[in-house]
Amino acid sequence: MSTELESESADPGTSAEPDEPETGGWTGGWTGALRRRAVRALPPDKLLPDTQPAYMASWIYVFGVLTLAAFLVVLASGCVLAIEGPAWWRTSNVGHYFNSLHLWSVELFMAFMVVHLWGKFFMAAWRGRRALTWITGAVAFVGSVGTAFTGYLIQQNLDSQWIATQAKDGLNSVGIGAYFNVMNFGQMLMWHIVLLPVVVGVLVVVHLLLVRRRGIVPPLPLPGTGSGAGSDTPAAAPQIEEEP
Amino acid sequence: MNLHSGVNAAPVNLNGPGHYVGWHVFQISVANLTVIVVMVLVFLLAVLLPFPKGRGRR
Repeated sequence: MSTELESESADPGTSAEPDEPETGGWTGGWTGALRRRAVRALPPDKLLPDTQPAYMASWIYVFGVLTLAAFLVVLASGCVLAIEGPAWWRTSNVGHYFNSLHLWSVELFMAFMVVHLWGKFFMAAWRGRRALTWITGAVAFVGSVGTAFTGYLIQQNLDSQWIATQAKDGLNSVGIGAYFNVMNFGQMLMWHIVLLPVVVGVLVVVHLLLVRRRGIVPPLPLPGTGSGAGSDTPAAAPQIEEEP
Repeated sequence: MNLHSGVNAAPVNLNGPGHYVGWHVFQISVANLTVIVVMVLVFLLAVLLPFPKGRGRR
C-alpha cells in the first residue's frame, strides 16, 4: 500500500486527475475552471454539512429556515394560482384555499423574516467577513416588501385600488412613477409574478450559499470576558464545528 | 345552526371599519399593532426559551 502511494506521489503527472487544481488550472475550459472555483469556494462537506456549531442550539437560529420554508410555500402556491388563473381562485373552494394559502404564507414569511432580521441585527451578524451575507439578506427583505406590495396591487378589489391611488403620489414624487406605475395593472402583475420573484429568489440562493460558505455567525462575546461561544472569523469556525 | 358559519366565524368581528390608535402624528391600526406585539413576543421567547437537546447533542 505504501509503495503505491509513494509511486503515485512520485509521478503526479500521470496519477492525478487531469482537471485537478494541482495541474495548473487550465484544463477543462471555462466549465472546468468554474467547477474548480465553485468546489474551492464551497466544498461538498461545507455545502451540505452534517454537523453544526453547538451555539446553533437556540430558537433564534430557527427563524432563518422558517423564513425559507414559508418562502417555498409562497412560491408553490403562487405557481398554482398562476396556472389556474383568477377565475378559478375567485369562484372555487379550492381556489379560495390556495389564494388564502398564498396570502397567509406571505404573512408568515414576512413575520419570520423580520424576527430573523432582529436576531441577526442584535447579533451583529456581519462579523467575520459576513458583510455580503448581511447585505443580500437586507436587500432580499426590501425586495420582498416590493413583491408583497405589488401582490396587494393586483387583487383587483377596492383594497388594491385604494393602495394604488394612495401610493402613486408618493412614487411620482420621487420620480419613478413613469417606470413603476402602480395604476398599471398589467405592469404590476408582471413585476409581482416575474421580475421581483426572480430578484428575491436569486438573492435568497446567494444568501444561503454565503451562509454555507462563511458559516452561521456565533453569538457575541460575553461582556468583560472578551470571549463568546466562538470566534467570528471563518478560519476559526471549523474548530467549533467539530462539536456535534 | 349552520356548521360552516361556526367554522368560518372569526374570533373578532371583521365586518366593519378598522380600529385605530394614535399618539400625536403617529397612527396605527389595532390589527397591525397586534401583529407587531406578537412578533416582539415571539422574538423574546426565541431568545429566552431553552432549545431542546436532541439525541447525540451535548
